[in-house]
Amino acid sequence: MNKVFLIIEREFLTRVKKKSFIITTLLTPLLFAALMVAPVLIQGVKDDERKNIAVIDRSGLAEKALHNSGNFAFVFMPDATLDSLKQNFNRENLYAVASVSALNEKNQPAIDLYAFKQPNMDVQHYIERGFKDAVEQHKLEAFHIQGLDTIIASIKTDIKLKTFVWGDDGREKATNTGLYMGISYVLSFLIYMFIFMFGNMVMRGVIEEKASRIVEVIVSSVKPFQLMMGKITGIASVGLLQFIIWIVLTFGIATIFQGAMSEPAGMKAAGMENMVQTDASSILSMLGSINFTAIIVSFLLYFLLGYLLYASMFAAIGSAVENEADTQQLIIPVTIPLIIGMFLMLHTFQYPDSSLSFWASIIPFTSPMVMMARIAFGVPFWQVSLSLALLLVTFVGMAWMAGKIYRTGILMYGKKPTLKEMLKWMNYKN
Amino acid sequence: MDLLIADNVVKRYTNHVALDGASISVPAGSIYGLLGPNGAGKTTLIRIINQITAPDSGKVLFDGRPMQADDVHQIGYLPEERGLYKKMKVGEQALYLARLKGLSRHDAMAQLKIWFTKFEIQAWWNKKVEELSKGMAQKVQFIVTILHKPKLLIFDEPFSGFDPINVNLLKQEILNMKAQGSTIIFSTHNMASVEELCDNIALINKSKVIVEGKLEEVRRQYGDNIVEVAFRGDPAGLQQALRNEYILLQQKEQHGLHKATIKITEQKPANHLLQQLLPRVEIVGFNEVIPGMNDIFIKLVS
Repeated sequence: MNKVFLIIEREFLTRVKKKSFIITTLLTPLLFAALMVAPVLIQGVKDDERKNIAVIDRSGLAEKALHNSGNFAFVFMPDATLDSLKQNFNRENLYAVASVSALNEKNQPAIDLYAFKQPNMDVQHYIERGFKDAVEQHKLEAFHIQGLDTIIASIKTDIKLKTFVWGDDGREKATNTGLYMGISYVLSFLIYMFIFMFGNMVMRGVIEEKASRIVEVIVSSVKPFQLMMGKITGIASVGLLQFIIWIVLTFGIATIFQGAMSEPAGMKAAGMENMVQTDASSILSMLGSINFTAIIVSFLLYFLLGYLLYASMFAAIGSAVENEADTQQLIIPVTIPLIIGMFLMLHTFQYPDSSLSFWASIIPFTSPMVMMARIAFGVPFWQVSLSLALLLVTFVGMAWMAGKIYRTGILMYGKKPTLKEMLKWMNYKN
Repeated sequence: MDLLIADNVVKRYTNHVALDGASISVPAGSIYGLLGPNGAGKTTLIRIINQITAPDSGKVLFDGRPMQADDVHQIGYLPEERGLYKKMKVGEQALYLARLKGLSRHDAMAQLKIWFTKFEIQAWWNKKVEELSKGMAQKVQFIVTILHKPKLLIFDEPFSGFDPINVNLLKQEILNMKAQGSTIIFSTHNMASVEELCDNIALINKSKVIVEGKLEEVRRQYGDNIVEVAFRGDPAGLQQALRNEYILLQQKEQHGLHKATIKITEQKPANHLLQQLLPRVEIVGFNEVIPGMNDIFIKLVS
């Protein structure tokens, strides 16, 4: 046991002391935070250059539709022709030319926008919206109804639907499906990525020991199974340490950022103009409806067990080859269930309670990804327990089989084995 | 007293038998040569002794009792396929491997200091293994193998990768360890070093131990009853003495001294030949020709 601890220590320390580990561990939370903050900041930074747009209007509505704003200045040139403007187009002063046709039988103009560069979306939306309002206004006026403005204002309606979930304790919590979907997606994608990343780390470690020919020296001191489990455990502790640092730093940075942005200078509305307007307090109450402790605990458990299951397989594959290039075919049976889990997750975070989602979150090979996609929506405790228990049992079985392949594989040099041969190794006695 | 006994060890793989009832007895304090062509089963036997694999049947006794898991602490093993972690520092790595063999950090450190000084490699302590040459890495590996002062040392082709100066250094260390009471199993294809170092040998061929015993006895046993006679005088006298009873294998003359190699038989032993020769020529030398291990190896294996 003491020796397994020595192996774990070495696997842990050699990785944690690497510069690349220190850099990734410290920079990733900054990156996460930047990803959260960037959209808000970018919204704030608009193209503040004032753009001049020439308008050739045949509809008679342009002056009502297009008002100069901070970004756009419209020059109405009823007498100009498109050709003459094209000839004399001054790129310094003119951004685009809008040509508005006369109204057709449905009272609609056709608008064409010409420029030497693709005009940006802002310009297009601004012109479309302006004309939409002006044409609607124009059509309404055609009815000659007294006090129409007030009527219109009084019938404007905005319906907001709020969702609540009744807890077992009788309390109700405000919820937001979009938020849950976001969390589910991020969590299960992270678990997929981490299982892959750390599983690969195990495989590379095994290959390194075999290729450098140190493995026979080590197995003359410890049992091959101890070496394999020591390596898997050591790398798991690297992963866990990294997560804990990430979680702490990300929350830390997010808190600091929230503090700095507490004057809600347009932050809440930014980028959500077409979404349901949600004020800051209700976002907070929805975040409060999510049980973060439960999510973080189950994330760590599913990462750990899912990783252990896959890492044993990665270790068995690594033991059979002498360089990474040779793993390409052997690795397929390991990556396929992972990728299937990933695809099922894409279904699950939209339909967390479908029977497909249920079964995929119970079956061990896909459960880490799929259960993480369900967890934010609330999953009965018995389902989580059952799925974790099955995952644990499968891991123990898999470690036992992988150990048998591993102890034969690490001492075999020469020809690269096929999967069939590797399975035969399981029958070898010790 | 035998330190290690392998008794009727059998190890089968799916398609072949690696060891078929192999038995060896390694006397304590001796150097024991394990010989045999590639694929004969030597490495399998060594791995069984190291408890890397278990035999299908048969026993391994260590110090007179069945081998136990902790006995690996009493063994130092330098495998043929050997290496070190390339990215790890020399000192750190030596410490790690020594601790895996059961030494405490403190003892391992003390021993390493002694050996690094002895081999004059203190300057390598903080270098990464990938910065060392192959020979340098082998030296570190050798130190790690013997550091925990094991009762039994197993060297599989220990001299490969060393220059002649370091080979001598190593031979000296191996003999030192023998003098201090260690038992050494030594597997190699280099028959000259077998003759130089080994007290006992076993020859394994096609999964079986075909010869085992003291080196000198084995050599004598496989002598072909050939004697070499050195004499002065008339070579015709030799012919008369031999008559048709002996076969003359070779005869040469240098400065009046004749040397003849002659095959003798059970019925006509060496003494009989001497009696025939004495009246006819002046005998200067008479000795049995003992074959080298190289010849015995080739003869038994092919």
